[in-house]
Amino acid sequence: MPFLEFLYKPKNELEKGGRAVAPIQADDNEPERTCPNCHKAIPLSRIWSNAYTCSCGYHFRMTARQRISFITDKDTFVEMFTEVKSGDPLEFEGYSRKLETVRSATGEEEAVICGTARIGGTLCALFVMEPNFMMGSMGSAVGERITRTFEYATEKGLPVVGYTVSGGARMQEGLVSLMQMAKTSGAVKRHSDAGLFYLTVLTDPTTGGVTASFAMEGDIILAEPGATVGFAGARVIEQTTRKTLPKGFQKSEFLLEHGFVDAISPRRYQKSLVSLLLKMHCGGEAQ
Amino acid sequence: MSEMDAYEIVKKARSSGRYTGIDFIKGIFNHFFELHGDRRYADDSAIIGGVAYLEAMPVTVIAIEKGHNARERMQRLFGAPNPEGYRKALRLMKQAEKFQRPVICFVDTSGAYCGIGAEERGQGQAIAENLCEMMTLKTPVVSVLIGEGGSGGALALSVADKVYMLENSVYSVISPEGCASILWKDSTKAPDAARCLKLTAQDALSLGIIEDIISEENMEQPDFFSGIKEMLLEDIYELNQIPTEYMLENRYQRFRAIGRTE
Repeated sequence: MPFLEFLYKPKNELEKGGRAVAPIQADDNEPERTCPNCHKAIPLSRIWSNAYTCSCGYHFRMTARQRISFITDKDTFVEMFTEVKSGDPLEFEGYSRKLETVRSATGEEEAVICGTARIGGTLCALFVMEPNFMMGSMGSAVGERITRTFEYATEKGLPVVGYTVSGGARMQEGLVSLMQMAKTSGAVKRHSDAGLFYLTVLTDPTTGGVTASFAMEGDIILAEPGATVGFAGARVIEQTTRKTLPKGFQKSEFLLEHGFVDAISPRRYQKSLVSLLLKMHCGGEAQ
Repeated sequence: MSEMDAYEIVKKARSSGRYTGIDFIKGIFNHFFELHGDRRYADDSAIIGGVAYLEAMPVTVIAIEKGHNARERMQRLFGAPNPEGYRKALRLMKQAEKFQRPVICFVDTSGAYCGIGAEERGQGQAIAENLCEMMTLKTPVVSVLIGEGGSGGALALSVADKVYMLENSVYSVISPEGCASILWKDSTKAPDAARCLKLTAQDALSLGIIEDIISEENMEQPDFFSGIKEMLLEDIYELNQIPTEYMLENRYQRFRAIGRTE
């Protein structure tokens, strides 16, 4: 894609990802992680300085906080709606306990972090989902936070950037979770009808009720390389249809081929791409 | 109020002897004319849609149809719509908006069809689009859950001004079997899951997710359908009295209020 090459030349350290001012030195007893794709052990500092990717191209999962510091301009993120927390509307067996455990294990209150930030200088509302919090599942608090983010953005005339990662609706909140799909979609529609820009980045994995609502409602939809994106789970499809799934089924490349995402966005160039798209839709001038 | 076990209700909701979408169309409307196809890919046989008269009023009717006999059920994929079904439904809703006809949906599905083709053609995107567009459809929308209300596949026809459930219908984010096998790795614990999921009409009513429950007491009698007809006429009359922008604001707030945690 030579015509897109200008995107791939970050102008400064910030646009490269806004991190790693001084390269972190690897020492001998540094912890390592094995890449699930090429099976090589890589020191953590190398993963961090390489935008959480392996040299083979594998994209490691990132926590929401890591993503926020990766994508936003330094010290511009302001978190919002932290007061919104899941209750236990159905009094579902074991759910309250599970929430407590997950909260203390992740240090997060919910499976999405929302707020405002600047990306490449453009002010936007931002939501980033957290894979380690019950697989980013959408319960009432996730739905409420995302809805409020869109309502806030509509009121202030801001674009929204959303990073999705989710196993779908949170079954422990039953119908209340299901209704969050309609609630968030309504807020997205109002934001869209106000002429405002919504960019989604689908990351591994985005499935179920999140795919079937705000993940697929962006004006522009990007996906990270190799991310699983779909509605029904692959194993369930295999079991019900008794057919072998085609290679690369529900990977982001498969979605690109079938016309459901606009582009695959590797992390290395992601910040410059998101910055450019925001600028293009929010009156910024080309540099 | 029925004190039946939740899983018993699930079984009733699924039973093959129940009225399906077609029966409701035949029982309530006159001169139903079926319209086919999503104008993009295909005609989905799990969703029936068309125009009809509700008494003297032209309306758009959309129903998920499971089929009555084995052959029909196979052909209609047991009422599990593919993306083209949701796109057909949306096409008909947009048509209804243009001609100022109210939309009435009958929902009865275990969920959106789960298959390779469905994913290739964007099942998630099709449902998402319906959720968005229904929220701002400038004509009254009433949905009735008549059997199974399976997750996103049911919600994609239930973003409405008024939502009703039959006494023995269910509405759930996941099937009790699916829930039990994910949570407890044992799908035989489905009856427990059904209880935990709060999926009965009574539960949905107390969670504020539906307007009312339709009694099945005199289901065999002819006035069962005329009762539903009266209810629909009343609702549409009421909705037609409200200026469109207020109706849409109410529809938005109806869903906005669910799960408003503090």
